[in-house]
Amino acid sequence: MLGAGIIKGMAETARNFIGSYTEANLLVTVEYPEQRLPLKESMRNFPFLVFDGEDWQKGLRCVACQICEKECPPQCIFITKDAAKKPDYMGKLQFQPKVFDIDTSVCMSCQICVEVCPFEAIKMDTEFELSTDNRFGDLLLNKEQLARSNEHYHKIHPTEATEVDERLAGEKAKAEAKAKAAVAAAAAKPVLPPKPTAQ
Amino acid sequence: MSDAVVTPLEGVFAPLQFPEPGAPRQLNYSVAPKMSADGSVAGDFLEVAMGPQHPSTHGVFRMDVVLDGERVVKLKPVFGYLHRNHEKIAENASYLGSMPYTDRLDYFCSMTNNWAYALSVEKLAGLQPPERAEYIRIITAELTRLVNHVCLVGFLLQDMGALGTPLMYAFREREKILDLFEALSGSRMMCNYMRFGGCRVDLPAGWLENAKQVVENFPRFLDDFENLLSANEILIARTQGVGALSAALAINAGVTGPLLRACGVNYDLRKVDKYGIYERFDFRVPLGDHGDVYDRYMVRVLEMRESLKILRHALRDIPSGPIMDPKAKIRGFRPKIGEVYGRIEGPKGELGFYLISDGGPNPYRYRVRPPSLINLTILEDMCLGRNVSDVVVILGSIDIVLGEVDR
Amino acid sequence: METLEQIKGRITAIIPGARVDLIPNECPSNQPSLLIDQEHGVRIAEFLRDDPQLRLDYLSNVTGVDWPDTIVKEKVKVMKLVEGVETEVHGVVERKKQGYLEVVYHIYSIAHKHGPVIVRLRTNDRNVAVHLPSLTPIWRSAEFQEREIYDLYGVIFDGHPDLRRILMWDGFEGHPMRKDYVEPDDYEYEPTPHDEVLERARSHQARNAVL
Repeated sequence: MLGAGIIKGMAETARNFIGSYTEANLLVTVEYPEQRLPLKESMRNFPFLVFDGEDWQKGLRCVACQICEKECPPQCIFITKDAAKKPDYMGKLQFQPKVFDIDTSVCMSCQICVEVCPFEAIKMDTEFELSTDNRFGDLLLNKEQLARSNEHYHKIHPTEATEVDERLAGEKAKAEAKAKAAVAAAAAKPVLPPKPTAQ
Repeated sequence: MSDAVVTPLEGVFAPLQFPEPGAPRQLNYSVAPKMSADGSVAGDFLEVAMGPQHPSTHGVFRMDVVLDGERVVKLKPVFGYLHRNHEKIAENASYLGSMPYTDRLDYFCSMTNNWAYALSVEKLAGLQPPERAEYIRIITAELTRLVNHVCLVGFLLQDMGALGTPLMYAFREREKILDLFEALSGSRMMCNYMRFGGCRVDLPAGWLENAKQVVENFPRFLDDFENLLSANEILIARTQGVGALSAALAINAGVTGPLLRACGVNYDLRKVDKYGIYERFDFRVPLGDHGDVYDRYMVRVLEMRESLKILRHALRDIPSGPIMDPKAKIRGFRPKIGEVYGRIEGPKGELGFYLISDGGPNPYRYRVRPPSLINLTILEDMCLGRNVSDVVVILGSIDIVLGEVDR
Repeated sequence: METLEQIKGRITAIIPGARVDLIPNECPSNQPSLLIDQEHGVRIAEFLRDDPQLRLDYLSNVTGVDWPDTIVKEKVKVMKLVEGVETEVHGVVERKKQGYLEVVYHIYSIAHKHGPVIVRLRTNDRNVAVHLPSLTPIWRSAEFQEREIYDLYGVIFDGHPDLRRILMWDGFEGHPMRKDYVEPDDYEYEPTPHDEVLERARSHQARNAVL
């Protein structure tokens, strides 16, 4: 019958229209910004730098190794090493960044800097409302703007952050045990010089 | 600070010049004389540039069409408006660094793009992803196929004049799948999820249940969708017999994917190459008979149903275990000297990556075989002698994404 | 499917004068290829497509590759007069190896569902003798891909029905995918914020390097 397909189609659209008031399956949008969907835990937007403790300058985990700068596909990270060293979470003296800039207008949120970082120092933030009215300056974020506390990291990615903390604690414990063993070995055999592996 | 920096823009945008009233108007189409056999002028051809800013061209794609009245006598596609030399960028980036760029090729199907690239590099370096990673890859790739086909059908209907409704229904379902991708990879469209030798992260808690839910609800939506469309008189009138393509020409022109199968050629790389672990899954390859637009539409709808079969099977059987090959390296990845061509059955056709390694951290040569571009080879053949309104439908049925055509 | 040696043997038996070399590939992918000569390129392609055992009816991928001129240092033994006596001395000779442009074709068979057979064609040099026979008359899927190689590498395909630039615009000069291509400074007309920001960041780096 001519027109049967059209009548069927109209019935289908009517069903969808009415259903969008009653069925959750048929209405997937919300009225942003009044209503918001909960953010997914794995969501990523732009990177930030993690610091431990209260003071961001002291606790910054970044050691300015510049691996992320090299690996960043769109080349949006700029790092300069500081001449002075400072102790990291294991107590080892490490470099620190003097300048750490990320050009978020270039960044494509690919998370490769996070993957290549051996020090768990750079992570992805979930903040997405970042628009500015200055086209040229405000999107280049510096070290201070990038620094976020470990608590913030725990708040946005709880599972991942707990894993990272456990791994770091494990490494620290291992290093401490090794150091203790070295001290014990040195005490037991005071005549021999300490082996190079025990350091 | 703003004053000093904004100045470079001055002078770049010249003020708009409005023509004097009464001045001759410049037209953006030309009229060429049509010669009859004895050399006399028999009428006019009209030369029109369709695109690049035209909603029916699915992006910045242009067709220079020569028309005899309403009939197409010549059609030349014009590319390059979105060209960014992806291949050169990749030759200057590390192997891993090209992975996020592959997301941007066919931005509807980042998961399959990732897989094609990861598969090629794995062949080059001799890596073998573990079982669970293979399952995750199949699940994400088939979900991507659903997203692509359902949106394509929506866009095709939009090109035919069904403004909005089918496309919005398609986008509603796509939204649910993109939510799954976001929960898995952190990004809805630019997933950047697969790695050489596995996947980046394991499935989050509860993901499989959500995916099962989506897969369970999808057939009902598909029934509704088909109820709305498949028997619709307007759709049938606009698509049956339009843009018919013979199997011999399709094979010779390198057409792949649903377009080729709509011509009745049984060539699906999931069956032919058996890459990944596709040979464990029971699914059929839908084939068309006439090679016209309606067959392409039906092949895609049937393919979605087969994908759902694979998905149900994979979501049930997925084992636990590691997701990365222990031999795989994130930093300092340097495959041996050699070359490889790896290909997968992307939603749009055969997506291949050809890589030459010179032993360094960057590929010496990185080439993408874009299915969208090569499927356009036969666009002129399909459009000759048809009306302009059919050109729009035929182009819609080819399923191009300009991020991949122009690279 | 036959091995490449067998295919090579049959090509040289059927097409007199055809030169075919086997290019090995040592990496785990194990995809060796055949290098065929320019004069018989079209004839060999026709054979590959029409031979009933091969039926390579589907040309999947066409790739251009640039191999620039290289300088190879070779150690050679030279006879030299040393203190009146002719002795053997190790010397280093620098030899310029002529670069070339290469086009790689990946061909499959849909009829027999096998493949790939990889076929290569090489130009004589990179600047003047850049002509190669076009395989578009044999497989139409090469049409846009060969145009792309002409555009980005500058290989001129003789016998191509419509050899124009495809991705770059018509007035563009140079071939951007060549290894020695230098990108012009002013190729972006509009000053973007990226340039500004990039410059600022660069100047940061320069300033910090001084400090």
